[in-house]
Amino acid sequence: MTIWLVMLLGGLITFGMRFSLIYLFGRFQIPETMRRALHYVPPAVLSAIIFPQLFLSDGVLNLSLDNTRLLAGLAAIAVAWFSKNTLITIIAGMIALFLLQFVFRIGG
Amino acid sequence: MDNQIKTFWAGVQAEIPLLIGVFPFGMIYGALALDAGLSKGAAQMMSSIVFAGSAQFITAQLVHDSTPGLVIVLTVAVVNLRHMLYSASLAPYLASLPTRWKALLSYLLTDEAYAPTIIHYEKEGITPYAHWFLLGAGFSLWLVWQISTALGIFLGAAIPDSWSLDFALPLTFIAMVVPVLKNRPAIAAALSAGLVALAADSLPYSLGLILAALVGILVGTILEGRKSSPESPAPKEIS
Repeated sequence: MTIWLVMLLGGLITFGMRFSLIYLFGRFQIPETMRRALHYVPPAVLSAIIFPQLFLSDGVLNLSLDNTRLLAGLAAIAVAWFSKNTLITIIAGMIALFLLQFVFRIGG
Repeated sequence: MDNQIKTFWAGVQAEIPLLIGVFPFGMIYGALALDAGLSKGAAQMMSSIVFAGSAQFITAQLVHDSTPGLVIVLTVAVVNLRHMLYSASLAPYLASLPTRWKALLSYLLTDEAYAPTIIHYEKEGITPYAHWFLLGAGFSLWLVWQISTALGIFLGAAIPDSWSLDFALPLTFIAMVVPVLKNRPAIAAALSAGLVALAADSLPYSLGLILAALVGILVGTILEGRKSSPESPAPKEIS
């Protein structure tokens, strides 16, 4: 599937969801269970993306100290927890990765 | 006419604080989408075709990881399901509009347009010009999102590869997810999804991602159902 088809389908689905109940007003209600489940979409989807990025190196679990992305990611989690600020978190994580890669280049 | 323009501008004004926050995000998206391997044209067009911040960041990440298109589309669908809630919530205020108005406003219905609009509607009730408010909020956000994306693509092209800019994508997701981990079901949803994603990483077609997301959502929903305190605040939706 080309990126253009992916975007077109993604856009159509997104529009469909935004349009759905405005269009169907009064004829359909969101079930309570689904309403509740929707709260857990962000933590579930985002973590499913984040974990492999941090813990896997070339598809293999890497818990060693030279996994700089894991260490920088943990630093970013701490910064996110205390700052609650997205931009500060991104900048802190990037600086952490820079420093760690620099250190390991010298050490290794 | 006067009332229409006045209401439109009230929508724009209510949106301004959000626009300031969104601008750097559009730039980051533009730069990262380019870095993830999208063409300049595709990166820019995604901002108008999909027009949903978090789904665009996720698409960029998944394109970078060579995820199959169908899995990307499925993930976008799951991530954007929350828009049905916004649609349900605004529907009574837009019920009398012709379908073309409903379609236009639906296209503009992002998290950032929804937030000030529902606050305004709940205060004002159902009024004849209410749709102009959402148009003002939604259109100003749309414009800023397109401009900031373009600027990000322009600047992103100048950033050297040695900067490991691709890591800014997981960092963006970390910044989005940490603030929603406010209670045990949310934390359990995040941890279970993350662990399943690691265990199922070798599944074909990146299906591990979908499986992990579904397990996380299920775990969170079941844990919340077992608690006897429904009044505890649910996690905030991502933008």
